[in-house]
Amino acid sequence: MAIKQLTVFVENKQGTVVSITDTLSKHNINLRALSIAETQDFGILRLIVNDEESAEKILKEEGYLIKITDVVGVKIGDEAGKLSEALKVLDDNKINMEYLYAFMARTEKHAYVVIRVEDHTAAETALADAGFKLVTEADVEKL
Amino acid sequence: MAQNYYQKEIETMPVEEMKKLQSEKLVKQVKHVYENVPYYKNLMDEKGVKPEDIKGIDDLHKLPFLTKADLRDAYPYGLLAKPLDDCVRIQSTSGTTGRRVVAFYTQNDIDLWEDCCARAIVAAGGTKKDVCQVAYGYGLFTGGPGLNGGSHKVGCLTLPMSSGNTERQIQFMTDLGATILCCTPSYAAYIAETLKEQGYKPEDISLKAGIFGAEPWTEEMRRGIEESLGIKAYDIYGLTETTGPGVSFECSEQTGMHVNEDHFYAEIIDPDTGEVLPEGSKGELVFTSLDKEAFPLLRYRTRDICVLSRKKCSCGRTLIKMAKPMGRTDDMLIIRGVNVFPSQIETVLLNEGYEPNYQIVVDRVNNNDTFEVNVEMTAEKFTDKVAEIIALEKSLANALKTMLGINPAVHLVAPKSIARSEGKAVRVVDKRKLI
Repeated sequence: MAIKQLTVFVENKQGTVVSITDTLSKHNINLRALSIAETQDFGILRLIVNDEESAEKILKEEGYLIKITDVVGVKIGDEAGKLSEALKVLDDNKINMEYLYAFMARTEKHAYVVIRVEDHTAAETALADAGFKLVTEADVEKL
Repeated sequence: MAQNYYQKEIETMPVEEMKKLQSEKLVKQVKHVYENVPYYKNLMDEKGVKPEDIKGIDDLHKLPFLTKADLRDAYPYGLLAKPLDDCVRIQSTSGTTGRRVVAFYTQNDIDLWEDCCARAIVAAGGTKKDVCQVAYGYGLFTGGPGLNGGSHKVGCLTLPMSSGNTERQIQFMTDLGATILCCTPSYAAYIAETLKEQGYKPEDISLKAGIFGAEPWTEEMRRGIEESLGIKAYDIYGLTETTGPGVSFECSEQTGMHVNEDHFYAEIIDPDTGEVLPEGSKGELVFTSLDKEAFPLLRYRTRDICVLSRKKCSCGRTLIKMAKPMGRTDDMLIIRGVNVFPSQIETVLLNEGYEPNYQIVVDRVNNNDTFEVNVEMTAEKFTDKVAEIIALEKSLANALKTMLGINPAVHLVAPKSIARSEGKAVRVVDKRKLI
C-alpha cells in the first residue's frame, strides 16, 4: 500500500540539487513531491516521482547515494483542519511521525501529505479506519 | 650580552675535542648495546658489523638504523640494555595505539637528560634567581618531567603546574612572579590571550623568557608570543626515543637549536638510500645515544626532515646546530601536540564499517589547531533521517577520539567527493603553513 520515496544524500554544495533534477528531467521522470532536510554539512533530498525504479537506477549510475523508503501518502480534503484530523489519528494510535511534507494535486481540489513513520502499515490502517483515503503507487503515477 | 652556560666546558668544547669525546663514548656504547640488546646484536650480525669495527665516530655509518617499526617490534623490553633493577623510570610517547614507545631510564640517564634541559634553561637566560613555571604535561609525557628536572638543576624555583587550568596558571604566574615559562607554543599563545582578556599588559607580569617545544611552530607565532608576553621565546627539541626535550635547544641567537652532541650524535641521511649526507644538506635526522644506559638507541631515524650546521654561533657554543624540522618523511601530523597517523584513522574507519575514503583537514585558528575528518557516506549507512546521520557523525568522532586522543569534527560527505589528484586521494590537507 505504501508509496515509495527516493531519498538522496546531497552535499551542501552549490548546484547539487539542480544537477539531480536535471538528470531526472532528461530521462522524463516527473517529480510529484520534493522536500529537503538540511544540516550544516549535508542535506537529504526526498522525492516522490512517477517512476522510482528508473529514477533510482539513473541516479545510482550518476554516483548518488540513494535509498528507497516506504512512506504513507494521504489524501487530504482542501479545507481547514483536515491535516490536523489526520495527524490526530496517528497521535491517538501512538504512531510516531519522523517527518512529513505536503503537495497539491494539479487538477483535483485535494492536497496530499507524505508522512514518514516507523511502521507504515499501522499508520495506514489507522488512517483508513478513520476514513482517510490513502495514496497508492498507482495513484502516484497518475497524479 | 654576557653568555652563561650550564656546562661551559662541554658547550664550548673545540670541535676536534668533541669528536674525540664522541668517539670514545661511541666505542663503549656499541659494545654495551651489542652485549646487552639481542635485538640490535641481530641487526649488526645481519649487516656483518662487529663492535670492533667501530673505532670512532667516523665508523658510525657502518651501523644499522633503528626505526619506529623496530621500537614497535621490540616493545616493551626488546631494546632495554640494563636490568630492570637498574632502571628508575619510564616515560612514554603521546600514546597512539600500536605506536606507543616506552623508554627506560637509569638514574644516570635521568641526570644527563636533566642536564640537557638545564643547558636549555641557562641558554634562555635562566639562573637560580628565576621562577620557572613548567606548564608542559607531567606524567608519561616527557615535557613536564624533563623541564622540571632541568629547572631543579639550574636552581630555579620550580612551579610544577602541568598543562591546563589556565586560570590557575595565571594566578601562580602573577602571584609568584614567574620569570620563565615552559610549555607548548600553542599553550603559550593561549595563556597570552587569556592574560590579555583579563586586562593584563606585558609589563604587569615578570616573565622574561619562554622555552617552547613539542610541536611545530612558526617564526610568526614566535613573534606573536614574544610581543604579547613581552619575552624572548626559545625553541626546544626532543623525542621520547632519545630522552625527551633537551636533545637540542636554542640560544640567544635564535637561529636554530644546538644539539647536545656529547650525548646525542646527529646525522642527516638520504631517507631513500640511507646514505649519510654532508653538513648543510637537507635530509632525515638520525640520532645516536652516545652514553644513555637503559634505552640507548643507535642510529634512530626520527623521520624529521632537517639541516645541520656548524657555522660559528655568536653565543660561543660550539655544539652543532639543527634547523627547525621542515617536515616529516612519513605522513605523521602533529595536531594539538599529539602525533596523528593517517593510518590510524583508516583503521577506525574500517572498524566502523566505512570505506577508507577520507580526508583530514588541519588548520590553525587563533593559534589553536582545528582538526576535521571528512568521510564518505556509504550506501549501507545512509538513511533518510537527519538525526540518524548526525548520530553517525558523533559516534565516528568518538571512535576517532578513543584512537587518537584528540577530538575531530567529523563530516560525512558524498561518495567519491573527496579530492583525488592523479587518481590518488589527497588524504591530508594541512593549512597551518608552519614551514
